[in-house]
Amino acid sequence: MAVASGLVSAFALMRKMTLASDVMSHIALPGLGLALLYGFNPILGGATTLILGVLLIWKIEAVSGINTDAVIGVIFAVSLAIGTLITPQEDIIEALFGGMSTISLWEFIIGVIASCLVIAFILKKRRALTLALVSKDLAKTTGINTERLNLYFLLIFAITIVLGLRYLGVLLMGSLIIIPPAIARNLAEDLNGMLLLSALAAVAAMAIGLFLAANYSLALGPVVIGVAGVIFLAALFFQKNNI
Amino acid sequence: MEKQSATALSVKNLTVTLGNEKVLDNLSFEVATGESLAIIGPNGAGKTMLFRALIGVLSYKGKISWAPKTTIGYVPQKLDIERNLPLSLLDLLTSKNNHRHSITASLKLVRLKENLLNRPIGALSGGQFQKALIAFALLQDPRVLLFDEPTAGVDTPGEEHIYETIHRLQEEKGFTILLISHDLSLVYRYADKVLCLNRENLCFGEPEVIMAPEILGKLYGEERSFYKHHRHDIFPPIK
Repeated sequence: MAVASGLVSAFALMRKMTLASDVMSHIALPGLGLALLYGFNPILGGATTLILGVLLIWKIEAVSGINTDAVIGVIFAVSLAIGTLITPQEDIIEALFGGMSTISLWEFIIGVIASCLVIAFILKKRRALTLALVSKDLAKTTGINTERLNLYFLLIFAITIVLGLRYLGVLLMGSLIIIPPAIARNLAEDLNGMLLLSALAAVAAMAIGLFLAANYSLALGPVVIGVAGVIFLAALFFQKNNI
Repeated sequence: MEKQSATALSVKNLTVTLGNEKVLDNLSFEVATGESLAIIGPNGAGKTMLFRALIGVLSYKGKISWAPKTTIGYVPQKLDIERNLPLSLLDLLTSKNNHRHSITASLKLVRLKENLLNRPIGALSGGQFQKALIAFALLQDPRVLLFDEPTAGVDTPGEEHIYETIHRLQEEKGFTILLISHDLSLVYRYADKVLCLNRENLCFGEPEVIMAPEILGKLYGEERSFYKHHRHDIFPPIK
């Protein structure tokens, strides 16, 4: 899961959509709330509203010239408000900050399969994704359907967020999307370095976070993000010399 | 001079509308295979829009027909990316073509050293980056090359050098070349034909004919609202 998140977020950062992605994770909240309210699997609920949100954002982006930031901002604020209203009070903290620790076997299996899917997509499409972020026009001249690629990327992105929701919650999963690629960007000199370091940073934050949380009975989500933040600060000292 | 040769590109009644504004109006011209066409005109004349229509990323009315099996290499004016992205020159080139020998070959064509491959694109000089974009366009063996202001952001000696590279490519490989340029003296020196554009086709022909002061005066206009020059727009002396 951490590897998947590290890889996807590396591209998200280079596409300048990290803040948008942070916001996207909030779209899962109304789904989570509805699921908790009516007693079905919260991850399923979160995934449903998230994917609906992604389709909406993609459509708006493709059809209109409206500033996507503003659109995402509106969707985000409304989602958070609705989500907060309908999520049962006793569950709201867990939904926002994670910590739903019980996990069934099939959830685990689906999680692993989905992670592999995300990783495979990014590795297979990394060249097309690079080209599309360098220049949409150039990508089109080489026969890449950039709109479709963008949709796939957003969906893969949504899946990644869903993967992390259970552990980190709506607010903190957004941070796990932002911090590892920010660390990698300060250190990496090329694409492979960027992908590798981003994945490593996400794994390290997750592993150390799990360890600390288990041994000192702390909440997992905040610990993971805290560790990621410390790695980020440490990485600043090793920053490559930018020109 | 290549009057008898085959037509590489034929454009008929091309009109491009963005929003409510016609950025190109009823444009027609032809380019023969192996010919170099320079496109000149003031800022806002629709030169880049013409290219974007030609490579098929912009919808248009009218007819654009390329010779059968034409592959196009496109060198955009600028890339909308941060220069300090963690992407090396190799990453940029492999994103289009993963075969190392093609990459080596196209670097050789633009005379860029292979040891630059592992350098982040942000660490390349303006001239090197421009050549890298040309090398990028040369991957996949195009027959036609489109250059949109290939010397923007390159210093003056570098500029000459880029034009020489383009000219050499045309001579050695017989590419058909379409080139947007502000630098009229270089256009005069290297282009076979000139198209002057100001939303509509104002003139089309050989440089000697087109680049007479009265035609240029009409093209760049006395009081066009988008008359915003950078230093190359000042008319060079024409001999």
